[in-house]
Amino acid sequence: MSSVATLQGADVQESHDTHQHHHHHETFITKYVFSQDHKMIAKQFLVTGMIWAIIGGLFSVIFRLQLGYPETTFPWLEDFLGHWAKGGKLQPEFYYALVTMHGTILVFFVLTAGLSGTFANFLIPLQVGARDMASPFLNMLSYWFFFLASVIMFSSLFVQTGPASGGWTIYPPLSALGDASSGSKIGMDLWLISMAMFIVSALLGGLNYITTILNMRTKGMSMTRLPLTVWALFFTAVLGVLSFPVLLSGAILLLFDRNLGTSFYLSDIAIAGKILPNEGGSAILFQHLFWFLGHPEVYIILLPAMGMSSEIISVNSRKPIFGYMAMVGSLFAIAILAFLVWAHHMFVTGLNPFLGSFFVLLTLLIAVPSAIKVFNWLTTLWRGSIRFTPGMLFAIGFVSLFISGGLTGIFLGNSALDLHLHDTYFVVAHFHIVMGVASFFGMFAGVYHWFPKMFGRYLNNTLAYIHFWVTIIGAYLIFWPMHYEGLAGMPRRYYDFSNWESFKMFGSLNEFISFVAMIVFAVQLLFVFNFFYSMYKGRKVTSTNPWGSNTLEWTTPIQPGHGNWPGEIPEVHRGAYDYAKDGHEFIPQNVPVGADETHH
Amino acid sequence: MKEFLMIALGVLIFVVIFQIAKASEYVSVLKGEEKTRKQNNRINAFFLLGFLVFGLIGAWYCNELYYGKTLFPQGSASIEGEKIDSMMWITISVTGLVFVITQILLFWFAFKYQASDNRKAFYFAHSTKLELIWTTIPAIVLAVLVVFGLKAWFKLTGDAPKDSIVVEVTGHQFAWEFRYPGPDNVLGKKDYRLTRGRNPLGVNFDDPASHDDIHVSGTMHIPVGVPVKMVINAQDVIHDVGLSQFRLKMDAVPGIPTTQWFTPKITTADMKIKTGNPNFTYEISCDQMCGPGHFSMRGVIVVETMAEYKKWLSEQKPEYYTVFPDKAPPMTDTATTVAKPVIAALTGNK
Repeated sequence: MSSVATLQGADVQESHDTHQHHHHHETFITKYVFSQDHKMIAKQFLVTGMIWAIIGGLFSVIFRLQLGYPETTFPWLEDFLGHWAKGGKLQPEFYYALVTMHGTILVFFVLTAGLSGTFANFLIPLQVGARDMASPFLNMLSYWFFFLASVIMFSSLFVQTGPASGGWTIYPPLSALGDASSGSKIGMDLWLISMAMFIVSALLGGLNYITTILNMRTKGMSMTRLPLTVWALFFTAVLGVLSFPVLLSGAILLLFDRNLGTSFYLSDIAIAGKILPNEGGSAILFQHLFWFLGHPEVYIILLPAMGMSSEIISVNSRKPIFGYMAMVGSLFAIAILAFLVWAHHMFVTGLNPFLGSFFVLLTLLIAVPSAIKVFNWLTTLWRGSIRFTPGMLFAIGFVSLFISGGLTGIFLGNSALDLHLHDTYFVVAHFHIVMGVASFFGMFAGVYHWFPKMFGRYLNNTLAYIHFWVTIIGAYLIFWPMHYEGLAGMPRRYYDFSNWESFKMFGSLNEFISFVAMIVFAVQLLFVFNFFYSMYKGRKVTSTNPWGSNTLEWTTPIQPGHGNWPGEIPEVHRGAYDYAKDGHEFIPQNVPVGADETHH
Repeated sequence: MKEFLMIALGVLIFVVIFQIAKASEYVSVLKGEEKTRKQNNRINAFFLLGFLVFGLIGAWYCNELYYGKTLFPQGSASIEGEKIDSMMWITISVTGLVFVITQILLFWFAFKYQASDNRKAFYFAHSTKLELIWTTIPAIVLAVLVVFGLKAWFKLTGDAPKDSIVVEVTGHQFAWEFRYPGPDNVLGKKDYRLTRGRNPLGVNFDDPASHDDIHVSGTMHIPVGVPVKMVINAQDVIHDVGLSQFRLKMDAVPGIPTTQWFTPKITTADMKIKTGNPNFTYEISCDQMCGPGHFSMRGVIVVETMAEYKKWLSEQKPEYYTVFPDKAPPMTDTATTVAKPVIAALTGNK
């Protein structure tokens, strides 16, 4: 393949019978269920993630009903939720369970497993030029541990005392004591067991991604020629492998405190008329362990979105990504700093102020690599020739949201301001924009951009444009006004504000936000419909490289089989961003350097 | 029935949108994919520009609607909170400027450099000079913000002034308790193992310092203009003393007491006039998720003049006498035996 590749090589029309079949027998089970093909595993992660996203999104719509219409009863809710919505009114216990599960599902199951599980699996072997992951078997196990975690978490929705309801951060003692909340009974144990399985899945996946990137790059694919997607997924995997074990240990200690009478997190507690014997533990210890994962987790969610947006912006601006080395360097800086800022979630826990000051400095330092990335994206657009494919629109939306949400981080990272803003709606607005919606935009950009490679068909463009425009307008309408609620001191995780003189004036705004949230949710269903419809009925892809992209995945057949390349794996001769160079619109990575080329 | 109709309507809208989307795909095939692509590109570029313009107008309009409802117009109710407000304004100015510039560049570039027949992308892979510029400038700006922020932070979290009034604040599911040290100015020792019905805070009444301590629930009275130091506890799970008008927050952690101090500068009565709201109340909101009643864990702070505060304090009965009514002096004498020393101690302290 590499010897015949020319400038036009990647755009050659491909007839589907050029697939070279590998000589191992595949049954339905080995192909679709216990598959060891990284592309199929990626699709499994994606579809499972989408199912979770619908569930998690639906939960937010239900609790937004309570926040938007606290005086109204919805009799149909009782049909649907039974005694959790007695008389058509959501009960506080279940409201908190929904908030908790919404956070858990979206942070872990959708934006961690669904996002990096999908794209690390799909893109790493294809973009580094490998036939599969380093260990396809561990890769399969990674999905099935995730599936197991999903089943356990899903079953916790149906236990009599309800699922975990102490917030996705599950701070003890609330999460440790069944007397503190009905959600801290069996639902909490299931939550912890499910997360343990989830962490096993994340570790198996992460080790595989790192090994594959380091060891299985094709000939000529030096680290500095890797596409930024792969770099971002690499740092994501490193973050996960180094931080998830800490959460695992924290969760296991919590299980001990709950079930074996230990006192890691418990001390001096009198609850429900009982005096607990636990002494000497520290409730704050858990927060350190939790946020040692919890903060890197934010970047585990965000980095893949950054990497994919970088790639998509470059391809569709028909320009090289500006400052490739700076983009890699800033990813690296973010990955390092991600481990050194966790206590900025704990400024109001009574943390030593001197210690706090270090976390302020290191937290605000993250704004520097973030600024580099933003300016480099802007410069990539500058004097480009921009095609607004749906993927590109979502990538541009990602940059816009990353700016908006990133800047509010400068408020919250400064401990003095955090004294005022901590745990208000300002925080809700900040993290939903910067890591929730922005990462979703990165994920959507990725799905729209690589759907043709996944399924050999296109998504419907009109539905895609509707999806983009309603989502970005809706996201800003939902989260922008929340900053004002936060500046008024309105606390997050409140079931009802009507008894508060200080916070009750936002009733009509809350109603508006809930209304917009429902519309945005409905449009996501449109996307899901588009996804499954186009999988079978979408317009067929007719050329191997529909976006005119340089990276290796577009040198495979339209629908690559197990092993990805029917013949030899192409050799790489250049970086991934030779767009608009020397009068060529694009020069794929497998094209040898010509004698007339300038060196930059 | 109504729900059924709503669902039917939703499905109908779905089907209509889908049919339009399907039809547009056929139209694009008929018109030629290239032509459709160009048309889509123009429309979306135009929309992006529109989004920028309407977005900035929307941000301004949102500010018009809700600025008045934030806490800025009424100002900080504590002297220390003024530092936070000025920090806030500095940060809003800096980030606001960056926000407007970068968003305008993003959407303007997207619009201006949309693909067209006579546009060719410009090869521009990197520029060390530019990259150094936008590494250094943010670093300098952030350093300034860190310096201002930390100056305020160390002041706010530093030791309370010596003449502070001490109030012990205890959170439990789902209410606030307050304990005043009484005339001796010392809070009696506590032991959580002593917590039971008549002694809800677990005070050790063997400690004589506890005998004049006053325990009140739900409402905390403090005088204006005097620093107040709160010693914060929790009995069951983590709570948080949220004082939004005073711009402060501090967690209440079982087993690990925390402190927070502030100087209220406007009385509740004056704040009612200032905000024009006759129902104005300083509220303590629990700002750390603490269970199903979290949203109802409300406390009240009454900021009053020193004279009103002393009068209120003189009317409170030490908790020791409620727990051990037999030890209480005869009712008629309460005012002389208890209230007088309280007042004496307070005036003596001044």
